[in-house]
Amino acid sequence: MTMVYEDHGDEISDVPMRRIRFSVNGQKKIAEVEPRLLLAHLIRRGLGLTGTHMGCDTTNCGACTVLVDGRPVKSCTMLAVQADGREISTVEGLATASELHPLQEGFKEEHGLQCGFCTPGMMMAAKALLDENPDPSEEDVRWALSGNLCRCTGYQNIVKSVLWAADKLREEG
Amino acid sequence: MYPSRFRYEAPRSLDEAIATLRDGGDYAKVLAGGQSLVPLMKLRFASPELVVDINNVPGLDYHRADPDGTLRIGALCRHADLERSVLLKAAQPTMAAAAPVIADPIVRTRGTLVGSLCHADPQGDWASVVLALGGSVVAQGPRGRRTIPMAGFVTGPFENVLEPDEVAVEAVIPPATGTRAGGYLKLERRVGDFATVGVAVALDISGGTVTSAGIALTGVGGSTIAATDAARALAGQPLTAQSIEMAAGLAAEAARPRTDHRGSADYKRHMVHTFVTRILRRAGGSGVDGTGVAGTAERAA
Repeated sequence: MTMVYEDHGDEISDVPMRRIRFSVNGQKKIAEVEPRLLLAHLIRRGLGLTGTHMGCDTTNCGACTVLVDGRPVKSCTMLAVQADGREISTVEGLATASELHPLQEGFKEEHGLQCGFCTPGMMMAAKALLDENPDPSEEDVRWALSGNLCRCTGYQNIVKSVLWAADKLREEG
Repeated sequence: MYPSRFRYEAPRSLDEAIATLRDGGDYAKVLAGGQSLVPLMKLRFASPELVVDINNVPGLDYHRADPDGTLRIGALCRHADLERSVLLKAAQPTMAAAAPVIADPIVRTRGTLVGSLCHADPQGDWASVVLALGGSVVAQGPRGRRTIPMAGFVTGPFENVLEPDEVAVEAVIPPATGTRAGGYLKLERRVGDFATVGVAVALDISGGTVTSAGIALTGVGGSTIAATDAARALAGQPLTAQSIEMAAGLAAEAARPRTDHRGSADYKRHMVHTFVTRILRRAGGSGVDGTGVAGTAERAA
């Protein structure tokens, strides 16, 4: 993997680089990163996984939400170097080659998106909720998604989509 | 956006972290949850030359009660840990009420209480809670440990009394002198916004009498405000309609709100009065019979 950084005229030897090991969607990776690289940039530019979106870049919108060791994190607000030794899950890890994840099916069935920009973050925040609480109430879902902004849907169908997925996952056992 | 260039160290022990800070010169920052520091660095409001990431230091993610009831919250205890805490629900209604209204659920999985105190944002919620509870911050450096009362920990907006080579290792809440009651109420425009108004009330009630009281205010002044006169009006007597009204009025007087996009000064002052009254009425209804006020964690604040 090659990362390209802005050249600020420092001596090349003064640019601190760190080698990190981590996994993304179950695949083991090694990366060489400058400490100031954000996790979102490692995922999007380094790994080419552009399903993780950058929205506000200020820790508000939640579009860049990924799971780090199973817990939801805004990847614009974590340094890539901190992923050393961690397991990262992104929206690309939800579906298999042949099947959508129940969350993805739910968003399709219940029309949980319009422009789709917030959707990857919504799905990852929802996944963290369902992993912890397989039978959430509507209020639980609204609460869990309250750090993710959507400017299209008014949230109604997103909440329905997550509840749909919860039902499906429970049926599948 | 991304931060300016810095050197990064991720020590595996506190001693190593402190040694790294000591050798790192004046412009080093400790990184815990990073939910305030990383945004500041991205905006270039902070450009530390050295970042010491303490996330790999074992044994700092605790929150626990000593046998005497003293609560200790470690530097890597996340807001989400406190939100889910059975201990806080049972024993510490003010903190239990505050934990679910810090930032948003995703920020809460990373951010820490101790980091929030160190960040010293005048609009931080935990500062009011810890101030109302008479808590302290424990700092560890090359010269050993020292305990700094919250009332003297913050020296100004985003400034605290930590030495460059000290790490804040835990927050300490003193034990109750009776049954704990109280709560934290936060008015916010939406989840994740700073408080338009936040009110922390911490009471100890014994035999129907308030044995100690603390009230602190968020978002209604240039810094966290300790409403000491309001708290004094409650101590040493039972909670009555009169004492509640007196405390709410004094707390509203202690507020120094400014009119801004979140609301007018009058409105904010009025909300201080309303929140103090609301928390105290609940405490009067249940704290006196020994059950505390665990129900003040209003979800839709």
